[in-house]
Amino acid sequence: MKYIDEYRRREHVLALADLIRRESRKPLRIMEVCGGHTMALRRFGLHSLLPDHIELISGPGCPVCVTSRQFIDQAIALSRQPEIILTTYGDLNRVPGSSSSLEQEKARGGDIRIVYSILDALTIAAQNPEKQVVFLGIGFETTSPATAAGILKAQMAGLFNFSVLSAHKIMPPAMAALIDQGVNLHGYIGPGHVSTITGSKIYDFIPQKYGLGVVISGFEPTDLMQSVYMLVRQRETHRPAVEIQYNRVVTREGNLKAQQLLEEVFELRDDWWRGLGVLPQSGMAIRTRYADFDAGKRFSVEIEPTREDKGCLCGEVLKGLKKPTDCKLFGKACTPSDPVGACMVSSEGTCAAYFKYVTIQ
Amino acid sequence: MCLSVPARIERIEGDTAICSVGGATCQASLQLLEGQLPQPGDYVLIHTGFAIQKISEEEAAETLRIFEAFDELNQQLDEEERQTGQRIV
Repeated sequence: MKYIDEYRRREHVLALADLIRRESRKPLRIMEVCGGHTMALRRFGLHSLLPDHIELISGPGCPVCVTSRQFIDQAIALSRQPEIILTTYGDLNRVPGSSSSLEQEKARGGDIRIVYSILDALTIAAQNPEKQVVFLGIGFETTSPATAAGILKAQMAGLFNFSVLSAHKIMPPAMAALIDQGVNLHGYIGPGHVSTITGSKIYDFIPQKYGLGVVISGFEPTDLMQSVYMLVRQRETHRPAVEIQYNRVVTREGNLKAQQLLEEVFELRDDWWRGLGVLPQSGMAIRTRYADFDAGKRFSVEIEPTREDKGCLCGEVLKGLKKPTDCKLFGKACTPSDPVGACMVSSEGTCAAYFKYVTIQ
Repeated sequence: MCLSVPARIERIEGDTAICSVGGATCQASLQLLEGQLPQPGDYVLIHTGFAIQKISEEEAAETLRIFEAFDELNQQLDEEERQTGQRIV
């Protein structure tokens, strides 16, 4: 398939692995902050091609994984309102809340529908004028422009029975927080699709303030190996910088139209991240002028007290401080078919990637 | 969640592109694209029902050309190693 198969050629991956082995001397700890990268690195077994002194660590780039349990509890409370149809991307369906999950609520008769796009949720709103349709907005800058477009479309179409519960977040504060919180790193593999929207310029502060490099990578094996090679060269020559490997879709400025839509609909607020705590100006709230489409403002529901699971190491895993296999629950009380923590639920979660591709080796 | 797929535009109806992804057909809103809209035959990156960027054919080909160059360099180094019987680097 065009733009996929061409980037999977085994001999190119091996050639790059060889170059990395020849040129890399210094210890190198790299974090990937995108769940898609975590899955691709594990799926293609790229860790095994790197010398021992290069360590790839998974970070907080799975949107489901960093979403607070309180948000899930709020979604569950909304789904229990008889007038509400709750719409969500499939990733959230099985994430445990404090005492239930959306999947369990659906089994109990809640009207919860999995959609592929916010546009599907708008269609449901148009078809069910007597109901309120709430869409769960999660994800980083890749996903939030679609939510913004959906809200604007609902307004234009006069679909006032549609609203969004936003847990959208932005990536740079998390990348800064990891370094500030003492995670030992030499560079980041930057998120490819977030950067499609934001452009590479949002990472300029990382080499400037912290002296770490960022290489924005594509998702195929050759892309990822080339990105590691670029970080090796930065490290060996002491020149940390922001570089774009994924230049077939990422530019320095990004997608300006998507950025305008985000600016129009959202404003930044402090937000809670699993594993990282509250990060200033890291979450995206719907602006007051679109309050009609803000489910958080429109519906006051009673939310149960948040209860975190004892023993779940998702928070430490998201910071790259622990490996999934360090968790006592991993593969025992917590599996993809019966997950305890969000890192095991999402297909892009680090624990799910380990379970699928590492423990079976 | 952040998975996005490259797709070929088959035809455009209003602000929606009918795309082919590995043989399957899907629709993508073109609302998030700026500037000149893509044409049938162009490739776009689709995420949650929206085309989020046109794929630059030139840049895609350039990246592949770089990979080919790595491959050649590697073959040269391997050849040198065979002749000298030792690791060069």
